[in-house]
Amino acid sequence: MDDGTEPGFNRTGAQSSPLSVHSMQLYADERVPEEVSAPDEMPDGKEMAAVRCDYAVEAERIGSVPMPGVLTSAFTAVVSKLGARKPEVLVDKLGERLAFERIGVRLYQALIDKAAALATQQRMPFSVDDLQRLRDDELAHMHVLASALDSLGADSTAQTPAAAVSAVAISGLMQVLTDPRTTLVHCLEAMLIAELADDASWELLISLTAEADQDQFLPQFRSARDNEKAHVRQIRGWLQTVVLGEAR
Amino acid sequence: MDLLENKGVQIDKQSLTWKDMAGKPISKLDDEAFTRVRILLMNALELDALRLSHMGMRMNNELRQSLAQIRRIEQHQATAVNWLLSADHSPLETTIAYEQVAVEVTAAVAQREPDPYLAQVYRFGLLEDFDHLYRYSALLDRLEGKDANNILQGHTDIAPGRPTVEGHRAPVDDLRLPHGRDATLLTKLHATLITAAEYQTHDYYMTIGPMFADPVARQLYAEIASIEEQHTTQYGSLLDPRQSFLELWLLHEATEVYGYYSCAQSESNPRIREMWERFCDYELGHLHHVCGLFRQYEKRDPAEVLARTLPAPLEFKSQRDFVRDVLAAEVDLRANGVDFVKLARESSLSREYRRRINADGSPSTRVATAYHWTSGTELNRSLKAA
Ligand SMILES: [Fe+2]
Ligand SMILES: [Fe+2]
Ligand SMILES: [Fe+2]
Ligand SMILES: [Fe+2]
Repeated sequence: MDDGTEPGFNRTGAQSSPLSVHSMQLYADERVPEEVSAPDEMPDGKEMAAVRCDYAVEAERIGSVPMPGVLTSAFTAVVSKLGARKPEVLVDKLGERLAFERIGVRLYQALIDKAAALATQQRMPFSVDDLQRLRDDELAHMHVLASALDSLGADSTAQTPAAAVSAVAISGLMQVLTDPRTTLVHCLEAMLIAELADDASWELLISLTAEADQDQFLPQFRSARDNEKAHVRQIRGWLQTVVLGEAR
Repeated sequence: MDLLENKGVQIDKQSLTWKDMAGKPISKLDDEAFTRVRILLMNALELDALRLSHMGMRMNNELRQSLAQIRRIEQHQATAVNWLLSADHSPLETTIAYEQVAVEVTAAVAQREPDPYLAQVYRFGLLEDFDHLYRYSALLDRLEGKDANNILQGHTDIAPGRPTVEGHRAPVDDLRLPHGRDATLLTKLHATLITAAEYQTHDYYMTIGPMFADPVARQLYAEIASIEEQHTTQYGSLLDPRQSFLELWLLHEATEVYGYYSCAQSESNPRIREMWERFCDYELGHLHHVCGLFRQYEKRDPAEVLARTLPAPLEFKSQRDFVRDVLAAEVDLRANGVDFVKLARESSLSREYRRRINADGSPSTRVATAYHWTSGTELNRSLKAA
C-alpha cells in the first residue's frame, strides 16, 4: 500500500463539475424557503435548537453510578470527605479513566498492527518497541485504576455513565486506527486526540482524588499523568516528523 | 386472555406522533437486559409484519387496502419500539444484545415447544447463536475494549458453542420439515416469532457490517450474517406452506398480540410496560380486523386457526442451565437434509460448501483465537492472576 498523500481526481468539490453546479446553485437560489436566516445570524436552524432543548429538558440520564455493595473504610472516607458533594463523582471518573485506558491499549494495538504493515514499505519515525511501551503504559494505568476501584469496594467491571459517554466519543478514533486505508498520519492524529484527553483527564482525576482525601492513590496517579505527558510529546514529535517529511 | 372476544383498539383509532415514535430511550446501564431483549424481539416482529404484509399485497388484490392501513401503523409501532434503544449502545454492543435474544428466547421456546422435532430445531440453532455471542464478545473486547457482560448482565454465558466455522451448510441442509396442519397454536406462534427474530438479526448485521472500518469486524459480520440467513431459512421453513395468506396474516397478528402480552407481563420498567400494553391493544385491533377478512374471504371461522385463549406468556429469564445441558449433549449434531445426525454423517454437500467458503480462512476463528471471557475484559486477567 502507498502511504503517501497523493494528488488525483477527487470528485467531491464544485470544481469537478462546474456547469452542473452553477445550474444547481441558480435553481436552489430561485427556490429559497419562505423563512430565511437574518444576514447577521448563523444559519444553524432555530427550530432544531427548540427540539434539542425540549429533549434535553425532558431526558433521563445515561445511567447511574454503581455504589459499593460493601462499604470499605476507604469508601467511608470518600463519603465523609465529599459528603454532600457526592462520592459517586469519584467512582464515575475512576470508571471512565479505567475504560479509557483499556481502549487505549486496543488503540495502540491497532496502531502497532498498522505500523507493522507500513514498515515494509517506508521508514518509520518509531520502532514497534516504542509503540509497545506506550501500549503497556496504558495497560498498567488500567490496572492501577481497577485496583483503586476495588480497594474502594466499587465494581471495577461496571460501565459507569462517564465511561459509556467516553466510549461514544472515542469510537471514531478506533474507526480511524483500524481502517486499512488510513495512513500513518491519520492514525497518529487520532492517537494525539486520545493522548491529549488522557493527559487532561489524569490532571482532573488527581484533583478530584486529592479533594476526596484519597492520598494513597496519588503517587500512582501522578506517575500515570507524567507518562501521559511523555506520550503526548512522543506522538506530537512523530506526527511532525512524518507530516513535514512528507511535505518536503 | 381471550383472543377472539377481546377486540382491542379499533384500527382507525390507532395513531402515534413523531414524538411518540422518537421517545425517551432506555438506559443501557440501568435498565434490565431483558427489557432490551424484549425491545429487540418486538422490533423484529413488527418488521416481519411489514415483510409479510408487502408480500401479501403483491399477491392479493382484494386485501390491498386493509394491508396498507395496518402496515402503516405496524411501521410506526416498529419505530417507537426500535427507537427505545439509546445511542450509547455501540452497534457491536447492540449485536451482543441481538445474540442474547437469540440464545435466551430460543431456549425458552425450545423448552415449551410441544412438537419434539421443532424443539430439536430450536436447540440446534440455539447452539450456533450461542457461539456467535462468544465470537462477538471477543470482538467487543479486542476492538472496543469492553466487557460483553455490561450488556448481558450475568444472564447468558460467554463460551464457545457449535463453532461458527462449522455452521456453514449447503442450502438444502438448512431446510426443515414444516409443522403439520394440526399443529397447536403455540407451535405456530413459536415458529413465527423465532423466524422474525432471525430475519431481523440478519438484516441488522447486513446494515451495520459495512460501517466498521476494521477488516476483522467486516469479515466477522459477513460470516455471521450468512449464518443468520441460514437460520432464517431454517426457521422460516418450519411454517406450513400450505397455509393461505390470510391464515398466515391471522397468525402473525396473533403472534404480535402474544409478544406484547408476554412483554407486558414481565416488564420491569413502568414506562416501557405502558408501551407494551398499548401495543397489545393495537394488535388485538389488527387481529380483530383480520378475523373479519378471514370470515369474509375464506368463509371460515378464525377459531379453526387460533385457539380461544393465548398460551402462557413467553418467559424472559436466563435459561443458563438448559443451554449448558443442550451444549453438552448436542454440540456435535449436524444436518443432513431435514434430519439431525451425528458428526460423521453430515451431508457431503455441506462439507464441500464449507471447504470452499472457508478457503481463505475463518474470520470467526481468528477473532476469538485464545479468547477466554474474563469479567472486566481479558486485559483484566493479568490483574486477577496477580
Ligand atoms: Fe497515553
Ligand atoms: Fe446469531
Ligand atoms: Fe441466529
Ligand atoms: Fe399487527
